[in-house]
Amino acid sequence: MTDAVQAAPALGRSLWADARARLLKNKAAMVSLIYLAVMTLVCVFGPFFTPHAYTTIYADYTRVPPSFSAYPKADGIEVALKEALRRARLDIRDWQQDGSRIIVTVTSAKPVDERSTRYLDRSDVFENAQVLEKSADGLTLKMAADVEQKHFYFGTDSNGRDLLTRTLVAGRVSLAIGLLAGVVAVVIGVLYGAASGFMGGKTDEIMMRVVDILYALPFTFFVIMLVVFFGRNFVLMFLAVGAVLWLDMARIVRGQALSLKRQEYVQAAEALGVSRWGILIRHIVPNLLGPVVIYMTLLVPQVIILESFLSYLGLGVQEPMSSWGVLISQGAKSIPGAQWLLFFPSFFLTSTLFALNFIGDGLRDALDPKDR
Amino acid sequence: MLRYVIRRLLTAIPTLFLIVTISFFLIRVAPGGPFNQEKGLNPVIKANLEKSFGLDQPLWQQYTTYLGNLLRGDFGPSYNLPDFTVAELFRVGLPVSIQLGSMALLLALLLGSVMGIAAALYQNRAGDYAVVATATAGSTIPTFVIAPLFQLFFALTLKWFPVGGWGDGAFINKVGPVLTLMLPQLAIVARLMRGSMIESLHAHHIRTARALGLSDYAVVVRHALRGALLPIVSYAGPAAAALLTGSVIVETIFAIPGVGRYFIDAALNRDYTLVMGTVVVIAIFTIIFNLIVDILYAIVDPRVRYD
Amino acid sequence: MKHYTMKSLMAGAAILALTAGNAFADVVFNRGNSADPESLDPHKTSTVYEANILRDLFMGLMIHNAKAELEPGAAESYTVSEDGKVYTFKLRAGAKWSDGTPVTAQDFVFSWQRLVDPATAAEYAYLLSPVVNADAITKGEKKPAELGVKAIDDATFEVTLNSATPYFLEMLTHQSTYAVSKANVEKFGADFIKPGNLVSNGAYILAEFVPNDHIKAVKNPNFYDAANVKIDVVNYIPTEDRSTAMKRYEAGELDSNDDIPTEQLADLKAKFGDQVRLGPYLGTYYYVFKTDKAPWDNVKLRHAVSEAIDRDYLAEKVWQNTMIPAYSFVPPGIGGYEARPTEYAEKSQLDREDEAKKVLAELGYGPDKPLKMEIRYNTSENHKNTAVAIQEQLKPLGIEVSLINTDTKTHYGFLEQKGNYDIARAGWIADYKDPANFLDLCKTGTGNNYGVYSNADYDKLLAEAAAASAEQRMKLLSDAEAMGVARDLCVVPLLFYGFHTVVSPKLKGWEDNVMDVHPTRFLSKE
Repeated sequence: MTDAVQAAPALGRSLWADARARLLKNKAAMVSLIYLAVMTLVCVFGPFFTPHAYTTIYADYTRVPPSFSAYPKADGIEVALKEALRRARLDIRDWQQDGSRIIVTVTSAKPVDERSTRYLDRSDVFENAQVLEKSADGLTLKMAADVEQKHFYFGTDSNGRDLLTRTLVAGRVSLAIGLLAGVVAVVIGVLYGAASGFMGGKTDEIMMRVVDILYALPFTFFVIMLVVFFGRNFVLMFLAVGAVLWLDMARIVRGQALSLKRQEYVQAAEALGVSRWGILIRHIVPNLLGPVVIYMTLLVPQVIILESFLSYLGLGVQEPMSSWGVLISQGAKSIPGAQWLLFFPSFFLTSTLFALNFIGDGLRDALDPKDR
Repeated sequence: MLRYVIRRLLTAIPTLFLIVTISFFLIRVAPGGPFNQEKGLNPVIKANLEKSFGLDQPLWQQYTTYLGNLLRGDFGPSYNLPDFTVAELFRVGLPVSIQLGSMALLLALLLGSVMGIAAALYQNRAGDYAVVATATAGSTIPTFVIAPLFQLFFALTLKWFPVGGWGDGAFINKVGPVLTLMLPQLAIVARLMRGSMIESLHAHHIRTARALGLSDYAVVVRHALRGALLPIVSYAGPAAAALLTGSVIVETIFAIPGVGRYFIDAALNRDYTLVMGTVVVIAIFTIIFNLIVDILYAIVDPRVRYD
Repeated sequence: MKHYTMKSLMAGAAILALTAGNAFADVVFNRGNSADPESLDPHKTSTVYEANILRDLFMGLMIHNAKAELEPGAAESYTVSEDGKVYTFKLRAGAKWSDGTPVTAQDFVFSWQRLVDPATAAEYAYLLSPVVNADAITKGEKKPAELGVKAIDDATFEVTLNSATPYFLEMLTHQSTYAVSKANVEKFGADFIKPGNLVSNGAYILAEFVPNDHIKAVKNPNFYDAANVKIDVVNYIPTEDRSTAMKRYEAGELDSNDDIPTEQLADLKAKFGDQVRLGPYLGTYYYVFKTDKAPWDNVKLRHAVSEAIDRDYLAEKVWQNTMIPAYSFVPPGIGGYEARPTEYAEKSQLDREDEAKKVLAELGYGPDKPLKMEIRYNTSENHKNTAVAIQEQLKPLGIEVSLINTDTKTHYGFLEQKGNYDIARAGWIADYKDPANFLDLCKTGTGNNYGVYSNADYDKLLAEAAAASAEQRMKLLSDAEAMGVARDLCVVPLLFYGFHTVVSPKLKGWEDNVMDVHPTRFLSKE
């Protein structure tokens, strides 16, 4: 901080250039900024490169733990084979593995249907099943199939869907929701709060009365009503949530504005005949930036957490779409037993919120006008 | 000041009236009703039920009846828990929620302020980062993750606390719920305090005080803290209103008989009278705490005047 | 209520101790009961959580024993007239209410009239439909006093039915047919269900009720069989969160719980072994097509979609074998009834899918004209997983499935209003062991006939069954199921419910049964 002050050249840089220089010096903020950018990119583009779609259900791989090596594991093949042929109502006489290929002989009391290969194909473990030979009486069938290799780096959920892809897709939703509602709330809140605090008197009174009324409406009740009304339309819903969340912002900004307008330099500007709007823009708003930025970086996580709260209540995004909140609330219900379902989404969420917080602090420090 | 308080309390009456009106019609236009359930009712029985709760009357008449009863302090019986009146439910649950909420809030304010001040004094040094990191972690891990982890670790593995239940309000039953409630608040308080403290420390009169050789302690406590308290006060008002009226997650996971769950359950169950009860209770808490915030503002910061 | 609320206020909400740790070593049973009762008034109840509590507090004319077999309860014996229409119950000699006053036939007359009285607005008023004039009274067309019941003397209670009703005795185990003390209700009015006021004739008396915390019941010394009641105190503890309930059980805070987090079943089984109890339960989890809306008015299409759903997968993977694949509406476990499953019940899933594909192609659906279907379900983790699995199963057939979940009230409100939907989830748990309890859901004009199925022949079969002799009746009901469900698919049965409870090895006498009924008076605890 002090370095920046000393380094400030005499020719008087603009507020913004100054702030940028400070921000660049803040290691935690810069690392966070990069992290957030990478996270965003990974979430937006990652799902195109993962080996599975976020909706695909692998019935044979429900709740498998994360692993760098491919599935099926050694003992998994036999389990899957038994499972597939049990559903075909066939008995296994013998089977053997030959590299990535298996050969199995099955019997049945009734003649074996040649379509039975489809049961193997249907299994997520095998592909290209074909009939090798059929006994004369039709009661015995020899089939071969390739073993399909699949990677689940984050494991799978209780429906058998790839957690890696789902976590990334969920990230898109969570980040978008946070940003959307956050921006809506901040814009409304700052304008409203600054106007109210600065104008004071009757106007302030009336404006704050409106805020009081909205405030006293129970927030969760209001959000549940929004969910009930908007239901599927998640974007619309979070615009609405943003439009509710500005209340805090407005109060904080108003409080600051109230105290700011008693400052000498504002009173001086007033005496000099600067228009009210001019004072608002030139003096009040820039001075409010610090608290606003901190609040914004608290607000985006708050929205993301709020979304996860709604998900916990079962009111989150609609399946098969997902969000970090949805995944975490499912994960929280899966411990102990399937810790990875909680760990990965939590890690993504928490680390992102961490980054947001550090960026907020960095911005705050950089924008603090008194610190110049 | 007294005139101001009285004026505010008087203006609270129309506020309450508006809130009651908005909520009354909002919940009524929501799809479904209190008697829609998995086991559907036959139309005759449903009509009898609706009649017994006065739902067969025109909506405006139900509204005026409700307002009339409310003025007499009668919140009506709960639709989904007909053995109890709404007032009885709150009489049992509210003390529980208030106990947990106030403990959590006080802890969060005290610990959070200390952490925030420490972080501000050691800005951009290890201590600061430690506080920020802890605070951030507290606010980023959802409550519904913290609570089951607490149960798993402290109740099942270490057996220090019971898994859930209120017991007779025993201290040991409150630890988990209070800590879980406190953690996110602690984080926010610490961060707010750090931010405003840094700002406050950079203010001219503080710099002057420091330059005059006052000790750090004196500067912080006598001068900087006062200015830095404003955002905390702003925050604590609504936070108190929210905390004291309970938390659905903490109450559900720790099986606590508070009122927090009514705010969600009532709305989801279309328990019209209970919804209105929760709305009125929250509204009153919010109005009172907002008033307290404004009064504290004037006390903490003499520049703020209500004239 | 009053005394403890005052106390809790004064003592700063010191709510009474869960387990009275007093000098007498009472046997205390902490019984997990997923939710609080809506009401403890037997005539205003509807859920199984209430049934679990009321079964201990009260005793109906007939009761279920530990194995859910029918036994005389408040009635010592009964006789049935030759035409099966008049039942005469002889009340247990010397039976008393918990306040020491005798249980009389007049109490039963009063209670049954109260149940059907429109002013009571009882959800289960329809249970007494077989009794003369019951429906007319509920509709407000006749006076409660005209109900076909009378007290011949203090100990003899006579019921006259519209027609022979074979399941009538089974019905009397339901909590809504319990008697309340007339004197007590008249004394306290609506407050008669409060602890301290409530007088009951069962093995236990209500002692405390703190909503969302616990209900405490203590042994009733006036109960006729009190000598054989081994557990002194029962605490019914509502734990909404199933994971928490499981942890509380593990920590010994609960001795049993009526639900478990099924998604963790494999781990729980490994950890608790046979403390985890699974078995069939008399209920059906089903989807229902809106049968009057194109294209779902086409029975062939309904069948095509139904048979393409892999129920084995749903039962095994989604529900972890806590449910059983269903091809008929009426679950197994009802003696004398032969269920009539859909004809593809015995086919392999491959054949079903091939057939479904063929039908879809015949009806002109294909890649250029995909069949679109919207599944509506009420919010719940497992309902969601079920819908998601079905969505994936139908995808290879070219059916584009979208999902809508809404909260329970919205969901059923929407279905009841006959909203515009394609297919929706519903479930039905039997009130008593009888097929008609299920099949009535497809009758024209029934409130919860969500699919608005309407078939005069089906209605006729049900009407005939209602008037037929016992064996003939089962046969006719079976035919009705074959027509309405197996042929016309008025509902799409997916799974039969199973109970999933966890019971401590310390509890003795807990017998698994299809009604999942476990009266505390038959249990003991070490």
